Amino acid sequence: MELANIEKLVEKYLDATTTLQEEATLKDYFTGGFVAKHLQEYAYLFNYFDTAREETFTKTISLEPTKSKKRNLKWFSVAASVAVLFSVFVGKQQYDKNMQRKEAQRIYAQVSKGLELLSRNLKKGEQAVANLYRYEDGVHKILR
Amino acid sequence: MNQSDFLKVVLPFKDKVFRLAKRLLVSTEEAEDATQELLFKLWKSKEKLADYNNVEAFAMTMTKNYCFDRLKSKQASNLTLVHSNYKEKETSLDKKLEYRDSVNQVHLLIEQLPEQQKIIIQLRDVEQYDFEEICKMVDMKPTAVRVALSRARKTIREELIKKHNYGVS
Repeated sequence: MELANIEKLVEKYLDATTTLQEEATLKDYFTGGFVAKHLQEYAYLFNYFDTAREETFTKTISLEPTKSKKRNLKWFSVAASVAVLFSVFVGKQQYDKNMQRKEAQRIYAQVSKGLELLSRNLKKGEQAVANLYRYEDGVHKILR
Repeated sequence: MNQSDFLKVVLPFKDKVFRLAKRLLVSTEEAEDATQELLFKLWKSKEKLADYNNVEAFAMTMTKNYCFDRLKSKQASNLTLVHSNYKEKETSLDKKLEYRDSVNQVHLLIEQLPEQQKIIIQLRDVEQYDFEEICKMVDMKPTAVRVALSRARKTIREELIKKHNYGVS
């Protein structure tokens, strides 16, 4: 390919009016190794495009859903809310139990206080009855 | 469409998807993740693939949009600043070091172009799609594509000349 033709193609190339075939011609010229000095920069350009085309995707393609962070977060929040619900439930139960026990203690204390009062008063009454018997004995002795 | 059919359709252009993703996302890991994600998306919508007469163009459009989303999302914003760890593949091992540097320079120059121009130069000069396909992929008018491509090529050339002249003298 003569130089004049290449120069013309380069102009077209810069204006982005070249066809793919013309660009292939340019590519062949510039990667061929014998490049006119004033067109040196195009050699870098076309060589770069050539190397860039060689890069490949080397990882194996997996068609299984990848574990995304988002999904993990979603399940984590579900788990967290379940845990919160459960702990609230258990806490409520414990609290109720505790309250019941306190209530029972209170009632027990009240009842035992009442019974104590009763027994004290009964003792007083017993004493009084005992005194009465004593008087009665005295009276009997005197009357006899 | 079963798995092997799907792979037969996808394998010819998976590298192109990867290279476009890498052009836009810069880091290789990001590009690999993006490619994986895109192929999986394609696989999920495999019933619809039969309706597209050009799966490849569709995939490239998806890649472009996906990468733009990635770039916009904050997750990727810290990764765009990572310097490219581009390695050239043994093409010019026997050539002068300076020559290789200049070739690698092109990569950095393209990196500095606006996103739109990056995509178009990648699709045209690296992947060698014709204009009609590129218009479809980037959803632009032919004249707009040509203007962007011309601008990109001129910018790279000017920068190369500048760098080269400074480098020599």
